[in-house]
Amino acid sequence: MALDEIQIGGLGASRKRVEDARFIRGKGNYIDDFKLPGMLHMETLRAPIAHARITSLDTSKAWMTPGVHLVVTGEMAAQHNLAWMPTLSYDTQAVLVTDKVRFQGQEIACVVADDPYIAKDACEAITVEYDPLPPIVNPQQALAPGAPIIRDDKAGQTNNICYTWEVGDKENTERVFADPNLQIVSQDIYYPRTHACPIECNAIISDYNSATGKLTIYLTTQAPHIIRTAVALVAELPEHMIRVIAPDLGGGFGNKVPVYPSYVIAILASILLTRPVKWIEDKTGNLISSSFARDIYFHCDAAIRKDGKIQAVRIHADTDNGGFFSDAQPTKFKIGLFHSIFGCYDIPYGYMTAQGHYTNKAPGGVAYRCSFRITESMLFQERFMQTCAYEIGMDQAEFRRVNFVREFPHRTTFGFLLDSGDYDKCLDLGLEKIDYYGFLERQKQARSQGRLLGIGISTMSEPLGAGNSREYDIIGIKMFDSAELRVHPSGKAVLKIGSKTQGQGHETTFAQIVTHELGIPADDILVQHGDTDNTPFGMGTYASRSTPTAGAATAMVSRKVRAKAKKLAAHLLEVSEEDVEWELGRFYVRSAPNRGVTIQDCAFAAYTNMPDGLEPGLENNAYYDPPNMTWPFDVYITTVEVDPDTGEWDVLKFIGVDDCGVRINPMIVEAQLHGGLAEAFAMAYHQMITFDSQGNCIGANYMDYMIPTAWETPHFELYEVVTPSPHHPIGCKGIGECGCVGGPAAFVNAVVDAIAHLGVRNIDMPCLSSRVWEAMHYKHDVPGTPPLPGT
Amino acid sequence: MAAPNRSGTLTAAKEVRLYPSRFHYEAPRTIDEACQMMAYYRDDAKVLSGGMSLIPLMKLRFASPGTIVDINNIEGLDYIEEAGGYLRIGALARNRAIVRSDLVRSRHPLMSSACPTISDPVVRNRGTLVGNCCHSDPQGDWVSVMMCLGGEIVARSVDGERVIPIEQFTTGPFSNSLQSHEIAVEARIPGSTNYGEYHKIERKVGDFATVAVGVALNIAGGSVSHCGIALTGVAPSNLKCYDAERAVMGGTLNEGTIEAAARAASAAASPRSDHRGSEEYKRTMVEVFVRRSLRAAAGIRAA
Amino acid sequence: MPEFRNVVVTVNEEPREAEIEPRLLLVHFLREVCGLTGTHFGCDTTSCGCCTVLFDGVPVKSCTVLGVQADGHEIITVEGLGSPSELSPVQEGFHEEHGLQCGFCTPGMMMTATAFLDENPNPTEEEIRWALSGNNCRCTGYVNIVKAVKWAAKKMATSGVSARGAAPIR
Repeated sequence: MALDEIQIGGLGASRKRVEDARFIRGKGNYIDDFKLPGMLHMETLRAPIAHARITSLDTSKAWMTPGVHLVVTGEMAAQHNLAWMPTLSYDTQAVLVTDKVRFQGQEIACVVADDPYIAKDACEAITVEYDPLPPIVNPQQALAPGAPIIRDDKAGQTNNICYTWEVGDKENTERVFADPNLQIVSQDIYYPRTHACPIECNAIISDYNSATGKLTIYLTTQAPHIIRTAVALVAELPEHMIRVIAPDLGGGFGNKVPVYPSYVIAILASILLTRPVKWIEDKTGNLISSSFARDIYFHCDAAIRKDGKIQAVRIHADTDNGGFFSDAQPTKFKIGLFHSIFGCYDIPYGYMTAQGHYTNKAPGGVAYRCSFRITESMLFQERFMQTCAYEIGMDQAEFRRVNFVREFPHRTTFGFLLDSGDYDKCLDLGLEKIDYYGFLERQKQARSQGRLLGIGISTMSEPLGAGNSREYDIIGIKMFDSAELRVHPSGKAVLKIGSKTQGQGHETTFAQIVTHELGIPADDILVQHGDTDNTPFGMGTYASRSTPTAGAATAMVSRKVRAKAKKLAAHLLEVSEEDVEWELGRFYVRSAPNRGVTIQDCAFAAYTNMPDGLEPGLENNAYYDPPNMTWPFDVYITTVEVDPDTGEWDVLKFIGVDDCGVRINPMIVEAQLHGGLAEAFAMAYHQMITFDSQGNCIGANYMDYMIPTAWETPHFELYEVVTPSPHHPIGCKGIGECGCVGGPAAFVNAVVDAIAHLGVRNIDMPCLSSRVWEAMHYKHDVPGTPPLPGT
Repeated sequence: MAAPNRSGTLTAAKEVRLYPSRFHYEAPRTIDEACQMMAYYRDDAKVLSGGMSLIPLMKLRFASPGTIVDINNIEGLDYIEEAGGYLRIGALARNRAIVRSDLVRSRHPLMSSACPTISDPVVRNRGTLVGNCCHSDPQGDWVSVMMCLGGEIVARSVDGERVIPIEQFTTGPFSNSLQSHEIAVEARIPGSTNYGEYHKIERKVGDFATVAVGVALNIAGGSVSHCGIALTGVAPSNLKCYDAERAVMGGTLNEGTIEAAARAASAAASPRSDHRGSEEYKRTMVEVFVRRSLRAAAGIRAA
Repeated sequence: MPEFRNVVVTVNEEPREAEIEPRLLLVHFLREVCGLTGTHFGCDTTSCGCCTVLFDGVPVKSCTVLGVQADGHEIITVEGLGSPSELSPVQEGFHEEHGLQCGFCTPGMMMTATAFLDENPNPTEEEIRWALSGNNCRCTGYVNIVKAVKWAAKKMATSGVSARGAAPIR
């Protein structure tokens, strides 16, 4: 008889996490927990102003501080050809300043000392003099005539534009917009700068062994293999002599994909000193200098038929890229996958342009819990859909429904191929659970009593699991992932994946995939990841890609192993392979189902009793190049009440319906959604990293860039619909980012809806009570970048 | 309370160091010993009580005192008691204890309303009322509460004891009128009030106030015998609204007096536009909250 | 020359004696001197609560307490929850209800929850959310943390075990 898959921890089991055992005992292994013999500590000195030439830099007192071993400046880095480094978008970025400071918080110098207290003392002893330059803090200023050229280091750069990009059918789009029978709706929205801010900041220990020439890098990174290759190329070190170990990550959310300047200097320092060098970033350093996300200005026009059907969209996006264009994104796409916008709606024509701008702000453009600018496109999409519904006088749920894609596969306006989905079913379930029509009645009644209730809907499908290698690469490295499976003689297995967990529970769920394919109990499978010497090459964890790529590779390698096990089974059962059938965990003779051998029997035979001509052992590997993205569909609906006197607002109820295809571990899927939705709520509610006119970063600490607590965060009530991905081996679509991508619009839409009768169409995030109040009182849209007094 | 970075630019503008500079450490066992130490070290020393403001400042190296006189080992300074017509709160009474004190609640409901909005539950476990007043952060909540209630700070030194009314104690942002050898050992609040509410707009638990308004009243037979109104976050320092208080003192609470008080408080405020909200918003919120509190006190339902 | 002070701190019921600089923060004393790395340093501003430990039974943020201040006092860290063979109700609750993801905030969160449950063994969701509002989590959205604390409360009620669980084996 077949095994009970749920009981052995296979697909669909809400298996408790194996990772927890160490974390709940305080035995996690984060970078700062490692202590290597002879280890030194590095601290980084940062620029206090946003745009300035350095006129003098005196490190002599730092050198004289007892306990200091090394002070690295831009000049010294240049001597080692490391003053500049390439970015993920084929730009260059200063490692340490050699010419001028381009953003507040930029790295000036690094000090290596016996302990971090001494390194801080020595940083304080460095004196730097600056000759300030006019700061540029937004694209409008960057484009102004006579604006200083921020990237005057680049030959031929005569303005502050860092890229332009377009996609779509300009001619036909313009033709549709010329149709006088269509109603044109337009809107401008700003997605403010945000930061992934995992609670653990960036960190490295670089350990260079001068005897062996081996460089071991302990790094809190989501992409250890890419980092190894990048270090090999930038530092011109032999790749096989570099080992990157990414132990437990205290969160990542995209912030731990890039290479940061202090990493480069820590590596240089450990090579120069031939001692391990540890650098632990502080929170302000993390928020002020490491990769930001978003900061995009959006303009959209839609041409809409009387029945609500959108006929064409015209989009322009301006991005604020900071001092260096270092966005993490596929090489082909200058604004990531932003053009997945309106993907779940069947819109005949569209044309989109985008332009990037250098400013005196920290560089970045990481995909913060998002597949490369998708979070931005989905906020804009769903905010704009609500505005369109208001303007054409249609119910906002109905308006979405009229435009939904219903037949799959479907080629979107901007060229993506949707794989599957049942959007109506998801929306209907969501509307039912929030009692949509009942709420609309209550909203009407409440308004007549002076109370302000609002309901916001966000429906979206996003492409996950970048890539396929035809279209997607990062600095030339194609986007796929990998798995290696080794079944030991006693039937216990080790799975090694190219991806890496940042808290999602890979050690738990990836075993479940093997269990599903082979019937080996999940508890008998150890999952390893995050060590380049011991795992196959993979692109890492981001873009909700682990399950779509490494998860698929895990299924595929399990099938390869099963195919070999079948040969062993035939040998053990003394029948031909054609006569052997498989059920979970067991091969049996087709004509005599009681005659069978388990997968464990086959594993033992692979080492003890293999047939002639069959290679011993039971192991294999797989590299999985996805044929397409996977397309989950999500419906988020929330109701809020706004205080008419103060603009403060509270979430009354939140409903989520997610179709992420097959759920490997429902408990973990739901928890991923909780986390993403909390981040969405944070951005909509209070999280803010803004800049004053001098380029001072306001929000470079947890006092101002706020993580919501258990008190503010609402409860999230979740439901599921399952349409398996037709091309993923086990039908999964990915889930990690959906809540963060689709959630923000639901909250903002609800707040705007509460005061829409006053004529309000937009409040840029975060919807602080002051902004809501101003929108109510001035009955106009409140822009997200209020002019701030200079310091 | 944490670092004084209302604008956020303080920490952003300087290179942050989360390790304090070196200092000399003293841990006196008695208050007399502590006073002698302060008399010796004077300006070079800082008194450490809850540390929830001072230690963050030292980590960021905004403060680098040569000597720390840690008074946490002094027995008997953690009292919350009623004596001589005063509610007396010792220098080591933690906010945690104030939140939980029935005595505080029965004497001055405003204090019990304000205390849970101060920082977060874990910080309240260590932070103190007296330390918060000494820190004189213009965003600090306790000074406003003390202003509403006519509170005083008791300072001790080798020269003896003196009592400083709160309005004379706080002299500006991060400055107080303690002499360099004095230690604030007690906050005392006279009498009792039978109504009090602290309204605070904060973006999250632990945030400083965008606007906060404290109102405390003693109402007997419809007549207001005590009225204290003070504001946080809308002026260079905590602000006691004398005009607003006068508008309701001695009379009854009605729509007319309530409006007059709300407008007077709003007029007294001098908020700054910043990333938390505009000047106009903050000023209006002062009015909204004074009105709400007084209406609630009068049992008037919102229109 | 830097000043050093001799301190004796009882950490997880074991006395630890050391010569430390007064400026050494308690979190660094625990991590670097005692080698107990379960207590994490998360932010610069006494905000996140990752470093929460019990100081004479009361949760404090150990990044904002000096190591010398712990002289003569009792500190309990995450390593002092449960015993090598048994999890405390709070630890078990976090595991059972998937109350953690990356695990970085978890020790601090559990310390606050432990002290809270010992005081309020039968809390409502609202009380739990309020009690934990000095500890930040970036991964979970708190839904499962609330469930975990409720799970622990139930376990305490049925087993009679304290939130901290059995004393560690010496």
